[in-house]
Amino acid sequence: MKAYSLLSVITALSVATGWQFALVDSGARAAETSDRVAVGQDSQTAQIGHVLNRLTYGPRPGDFEKVRSLGVQRFIQAQLNPTSIAESPKVLAQLERSAAVRTVPSSELLQQFQMEKQARKAAKGKTGKGKVADGNLGNTSNISNPNNPNNPNNLNNFNGPRANNNLARRKGGAVIKEYGKRRGQVGTGMTNMRNEVESGVIETKIVRAVESPRQLNEMMADFWFNHFNISIAKGVDRVLIGPYEEQALRPYLMGNFREMLGATMHHPAMMFYLDNAQNTKAGYQAANPKNKKKGLNENYARELLELHTLGVDGGYSQKDVMELARVLTGWGLPTLRRNTGASGYWASFDEQRHDFGDKVILGQTFKGTGANEIEQVLDMLARHNSTAHHLSFKLAQYFVDDNPPPALVDKLATSYKQSGGNIKAVLNTLFASQEFWETKYQNNKFKSPFHYLVSSLRATGASIRQPKQLSAFLKIQGQPLYACLTPDGYKNTKEAWLNPDGLLKRMDFAVRLADSGSAADYQSVLGTVNGGKLSLQTKQAIDKAPPDQRVAALIGSPEFMNY
Amino acid sequence: MNRRDFLKAALLSPLVFPLIGQQGWAYKSANEDFGAQKLIVVLLRGGIDGLNVVAPYGDNRYKQIRPTIGMSRASGLLDLDGYWGMHPSLAPLSPLWANHSLAFVHACGSPDKTRSHFDAQDYMESGVPGQKATSTGWMNRLVGQLPSKNSALQAISLGPVLPRIFAGPSAIATIEKSGNKGAGKGAKRMGRRLQNQPTNGDVPSVFTAMYGGRNDDMSKAFASGRSARNKVNAIMSEAAAQPPETMEAMTKEQIIANRGALTPKSTPEFGKQLATLFTKDPTVQVAFVDFGGWDTHVREGAEQGQLANLLQPLAGGLADLVRGLGPVYNNTTIVVMSEFGRTARENGNGGTDHGHGNAMWLMGGTVPGGKVYGRFGGLADNQLNEARDLPTSTDFRAVVSSIVSSRLGLSSKQMASVFPGYQFTGNPFIQG
Repeated sequence: MKAYSLLSVITALSVATGWQFALVDSGARAAETSDRVAVGQDSQTAQIGHVLNRLTYGPRPGDFEKVRSLGVQRFIQAQLNPTSIAESPKVLAQLERSAAVRTVPSSELLQQFQMEKQARKAAKGKTGKGKVADGNLGNTSNISNPNNPNNPNNLNNFNGPRANNNLARRKGGAVIKEYGKRRGQVGTGMTNMRNEVESGVIETKIVRAVESPRQLNEMMADFWFNHFNISIAKGVDRVLIGPYEEQALRPYLMGNFREMLGATMHHPAMMFYLDNAQNTKAGYQAANPKNKKKGLNENYARELLELHTLGVDGGYSQKDVMELARVLTGWGLPTLRRNTGASGYWASFDEQRHDFGDKVILGQTFKGTGANEIEQVLDMLARHNSTAHHLSFKLAQYFVDDNPPPALVDKLATSYKQSGGNIKAVLNTLFASQEFWETKYQNNKFKSPFHYLVSSLRATGASIRQPKQLSAFLKIQGQPLYACLTPDGYKNTKEAWLNPDGLLKRMDFAVRLADSGSAADYQSVLGTVNGGKLSLQTKQAIDKAPPDQRVAALIGSPEFMNY
Repeated sequence: MNRRDFLKAALLSPLVFPLIGQQGWAYKSANEDFGAQKLIVVLLRGGIDGLNVVAPYGDNRYKQIRPTIGMSRASGLLDLDGYWGMHPSLAPLSPLWANHSLAFVHACGSPDKTRSHFDAQDYMESGVPGQKATSTGWMNRLVGQLPSKNSALQAISLGPVLPRIFAGPSAIATIEKSGNKGAGKGAKRMGRRLQNQPTNGDVPSVFTAMYGGRNDDMSKAFASGRSARNKVNAIMSEAAAQPPETMEAMTKEQIIANRGALTPKSTPEFGKQLATLFTKDPTVQVAFVDFGGWDTHVREGAEQGQLANLLQPLAGGLADLVRGLGPVYNNTTIVVMSEFGRTARENGNGGTDHGHGNAMWLMGGTVPGGKVYGRFGGLADNQLNEARDLPTSTDFRAVVSSIVSSRLGLSSKQMASVFPGYQFTGNPFIQG
């Protein structure tokens, strides 16, 4: 079954932007266009192939013609303004299904996580069907309005009052139980909370990447997640990871870097992942002797400088790391406010554990004033030349070449500074740069396993029926979703991903995909592979192969490994 | 003479410790078949706390600055020589210490000052600390210097992605850590469908036609992958016919990526798997495997706890490897290393932070074992680097060079291409 039939429904919605990515219909029409593609490799054709390769997770059959009629520049602008493109109904449905695991306040998830843990412990001794919490399901239809990109909460004002809406009254576990039901897995209950969350966020990521017409937005979501990586494999982050992406990253993907930096710093998932929840002023004596929070933990401070902002060569010292760690003392996980019933989405600040002495970072003195210190430091870091350069390098590597041309990196850094750290402005500069369009950088990036997976699903129009199998493929490729344990995130270079066994497994996958009952026909898939342009050797190999192997052969071809 | 004086003496008068041959490894004659010699490198990603793997419990400072994570003889620490003690989770390796085929080099590591995991791992893998532009890994360059065995399995990387240490022009076989049978099954099913013939797990011929003969990195990867797959299939089906425990599947594969590295907990079978490959195919010569999860900033534990739980399966796997190698162990050197050590003091959260010098582990039939080597000055602040962590007093390249030159027979000229810019002169086997 083709995946597109539903998508054509929303064509009308996207007319306003002139971008009709969602209009994909029959293989017949795609076949007709791909013949033309194969013939004409004029410069415009190459350009279209290039933007589809680089601003999306790979074209779907027929996309080529759509960009041709829309115009390359208008396509780029539409992608840079994702809310101008109507979201796919499949994505909307998935967002609604998974709202519970993406939007519940952190404090409730944490509480639920603890309750579940205790219940499991208690159940070990007994026959173990203790009810952990009441199933106050309520009406979940107002949990989220997925059309609003700033959902869940418009609570991004983390310095202001904490969340207090309908959702706050609902127990996290109950909502998650509801999610299990919606996925048709009735009876999973709270003991499977963690599994529910895991499959919820993974499914959502795959569905969005494959189905959303806001393709650049999805690519940026992946970029920033890896930049500000956290791992589902670490403790409570298993349940906080969905909300983290939703609340700390997605509102800012093409917005202001400083705001995203702040949101990640204020998110409990990050506080936990890099151990800042433990970070406490030296000599602190807790009232409760069981409290193990004693002393500095510099883990987050270091990665904040090395990975999130300045870069490893950004000109900071071990002393700067320690001073920043002092600034960050006291920031940790939120707790449910019992008195008011209000719940917390964001990290809390414990004055008792904060070091109120003055700090000197990169030669600048920060007065010990409390919670506001970190805002001043983040302001400085976001403005810093090293940060501009570090982010520009990473973006140029992601969109242009594993070894990006230094002149381009400089151009992007200038754009970053002039725009006050506006990501859309930097991307605009990037897509308008001469370097981006140079022939030698076209179809020269090796796909990461995730990129390969998504592009193959898009090329063949396969519908996602077994997300678990897809996520298993990523595991054996060494890129399990949301499970990169180290804070540097997954790389996107050939050096990181090209290896003999992994390459062969892509071919295994190609065969299985073509075998999975998808009705993708050779001609339509061909149009999505390097703009239909195959090397003579690849073409001859396919010509010799039996017809029923040709789609698999295309998806496993050298041309399809690149983008 | 106490340990500190002993060290001073060693430093002041090197003649007290005449170097044992230029390579410092020559306890056994080097007059032998280098081609039969094997090297296995294990990298622990995250910076394992070497001071709790091989603990200087003879130094009073040890328990003082590690009040909750410090270990003691009374609670299970395994004594090595009256001063050093081995973590109790390493008990499976005790027989190797007893038969003098296990040694440690303490305060060892990369001379680069970085405390970044990523840079430190990078340098340890590129083999050129401080130079980021190095695009190849030292083990790949090493394979390039070994006489070719015309085998796709001469060098093996265990794990799903090719690690930095193996990056480069020489072909390396990547083999999944044991037990991941699903992929193999799928491949066989696919092979059957495409080729319409009983499966042998080979790659469908249409891909061979596409990738063959092209002179690019993808084509090379393809050729190497195909050859390795066919060989491994043959080895494993032979092993399966004899039903030993080597074919046990990993029951639960909980993948935790640590730069692609699983924790040893999730792949306890790695030792048996490596042993099978090395014993069934004599062309297997060099192997690498990595494990993650050692970044113990919080609640590291002492005799029991987080670190102990990771060390247990690692030590068990290594013991399996040694057992499985059988007589091949006599020709094998196993190196266990990590990008850096951790702070001498425990932090406020019952853990340790990033440091420098670390303990390197060496096992093998010709290792001058039963000793803790390395220049170690104790734990007093003035003996520590920045009053914080162990200085790197032995360059890890000295240890590796020593092994590679004496066991694998590389000339000093060849060594220069394995570790460019590094002049190997010192003897790493000095006891501190």
